[in-house]
Amino acid sequence: MNYSAPVQFVAKNMRVDLRLIAGMIAPRSRVLDIGCGDGTLIDHLFKTKGCDARGIEIDMGEVTRAVTHGLPVMQGDADSDLANYPDGAFDYVVLSRTLQAVERPREVLRQMLRISTFAIVSFPNFGHWSLRLQLLLRGRMPMTRAWHRMWYETPNIHPCTIADFFALCEADGYRVVEWMAADEAGARAPWRKFAGLANFFGEQGLFLLRKV
Amino acid sequence: MASETVADHRRLTARADFGAGFAAIFGDTLDDGGALDQQSVQALVHRVDLGAELGKGLWRRGFWHGGLSIQLRVEAANRGDCVGAGCGAYPEPMDQGPQLAEATHQSVRFDDGLTLDCGRHLNILDVAYRTYGTLNAARSNAVLICHALTGDQYVAETHPLTGKPGWWNAVVGPGCPVDTDTRFVICANVLGGCMGSTGPKSPHDERPGEPWGVDFPAVTIADMVRAQKKLVDHLGIDRLFAVIGGSMGAMQVLAWASMYPEQVFAAVPVAGAAYHSAQNIAFHEIGRQAIAADPFFYSGRYWAEGVTPSRGLAVARMTAHITYVSEAALTRKFGRKLQDASDLLIGDRFEVESYLEYQGSSFVRRFDANSYLTITRAMDLFDLGADHGGSLAAAFYGTRTRFLLVSFSSDWLFPTAQSRAIAKALNHVAANVSFVEIASDKGHDAFLLDEPDFHLTLRGFLAGCAEHAGLA
Repeated sequence: MNYSAPVQFVAKNMRVDLRLIAGMIAPRSRVLDIGCGDGTLIDHLFKTKGCDARGIEIDMGEVTRAVTHGLPVMQGDADSDLANYPDGAFDYVVLSRTLQAVERPREVLRQMLRISTFAIVSFPNFGHWSLRLQLLLRGRMPMTRAWHRMWYETPNIHPCTIADFFALCEADGYRVVEWMAADEAGARAPWRKFAGLANFFGEQGLFLLRKV
Repeated sequence: MASETVADHRRLTARADFGAGFAAIFGDTLDDGGALDQQSVQALVHRVDLGAELGKGLWRRGFWHGGLSIQLRVEAANRGDCVGAGCGAYPEPMDQGPQLAEATHQSVRFDDGLTLDCGRHLNILDVAYRTYGTLNAARSNAVLICHALTGDQYVAETHPLTGKPGWWNAVVGPGCPVDTDTRFVICANVLGGCMGSTGPKSPHDERPGEPWGVDFPAVTIADMVRAQKKLVDHLGIDRLFAVIGGSMGAMQVLAWASMYPEQVFAAVPVAGAAYHSAQNIAFHEIGRQAIAADPFFYSGRYWAEGVTPSRGLAVARMTAHITYVSEAALTRKFGRKLQDASDLLIGDRFEVESYLEYQGSSFVRRFDANSYLTITRAMDLFDLGADHGGSLAAAFYGTRTRFLLVSFSSDWLFPTAQSRAIAKALNHVAANVSFVEIASDKGHDAFLLDEPDFHLTLRGFLAGCAEHAGLA
């Protein structure tokens, strides 16, 4: 990713999304929100939970908006800038609907769990039934609310399914402390106990991880 | 014999070339004086002489010859710049260093002096400063503004020497991003400066009746900060709510945050760097060489001769000024426009040349050459990382200060990469850091100019900090 052409992530429905994420975060903890946009989540965490919350955002316009509102946000890139932080600098690092757009998702996850005790990751689920059906019936790359850009221009270069993500956590030794599948609006879906169903019906996955 | 003749000739030339111009613009001055005193003539001769040499082969109608100074004065007059009564009548300001010292500045004297990084001890330390707004009962609303190389303490009021508005009027004042309605703002002239703080113009510690001149010890950015710390202590302030500065001011902000982390709640280095780059040192060296090459420099003892190396100082300023602006800004402002002519062959010169001349001439009337040498050297010496074993992060280890780094996209003197490097170092120690690059085509100067995004960012950052600091 370069700075001259900032990546436009898939549209965030922050208000509901952040409620689910904020629910995983303990009061008065240290939080880093990667891809924080205009800083809605960190503002929420400071105001409602007294967290020391900060943000990184690649889009300078969003950064300026956030800082203008008094939020500690710096321009930076998930792929390259996490390496600058010391081990265990945070209690939680949040990567909301950004994992699929970074260049090296596995390395980003590794860095997250180096600099923080917990990692909170959400991503649009490529295993959702409507995507599977479109691919099966039309034989073309599927288009949905979450996946709405053509394959040749999408910033979401590393799509994965909820099942894929479980497999990566297993391979890299991350413990899934908590997880859920939600629909696109962010409402919690009822199949959180059954990963197979969640992978079929959940539009996005939300994970709370820590090192084993 | 020969020299007298030449001098007489020059005197005549000077009278002839400049007389008309002076009479037209500064008639009163000349009439009152009856004739130019010897020193003024010496200065004029100097200019004409220099001009003739420099102009040789450069210009069909060498603009250095005569027209230069007159034109500058006309421009100054047109711009409402400080000319004539009230600010020291012409021609003295251009050529008499001691005049600079005449204005009185609010200051505090520390009789215990200051021990400098170089090992020398200054027996007496004066810190000239200005304050705006009111210190609250808890003494928790103080903001220290650090000025840049050629700035001074007159941050938000009319300058007593130049008559110009404060250099950061858009940032500091009632209702401004640094709001003097709610904050107590302090700005001190830096150590080594020439606006009332101890510097090369101050009395020599060991030689009564003489100023320090070039013998003034080398000072560092850290020395400047120590002097400011004494002032802040003197004002009874334990912790500064914020320390803010651009360019060299940013260096001081970084030094403040590194040296006195518990005394700085928020730090805002704007258009700054953690070290002075080779390119920046190179530009400074050109300026210093220009001053040293001025025949009126007298190895730094120009004060003893009653003159100043105005030409050299002006050239130093002109060179530096180019580094403060971007190519885009110069193109937008001047392009290839000509001054008062439509054809270069019959006209005089480009507008950009006249602009630079103006920058140079207005500068020498308020700045001391030895101060310029001292302060540029202090900037060159600055390398916060090197001072901490080569690790910039080590300078901020354990810091609880909240940082806002601001850079400007077209600033090539203190480019964004420098601010980003500071941000990375601060990330290394998990500091609370905001970092914004403001899109601007105005170059390094942007931090002094009307940049709404910058001002909004600063205002928002300070508001956020105030919330965390428990300030209303």
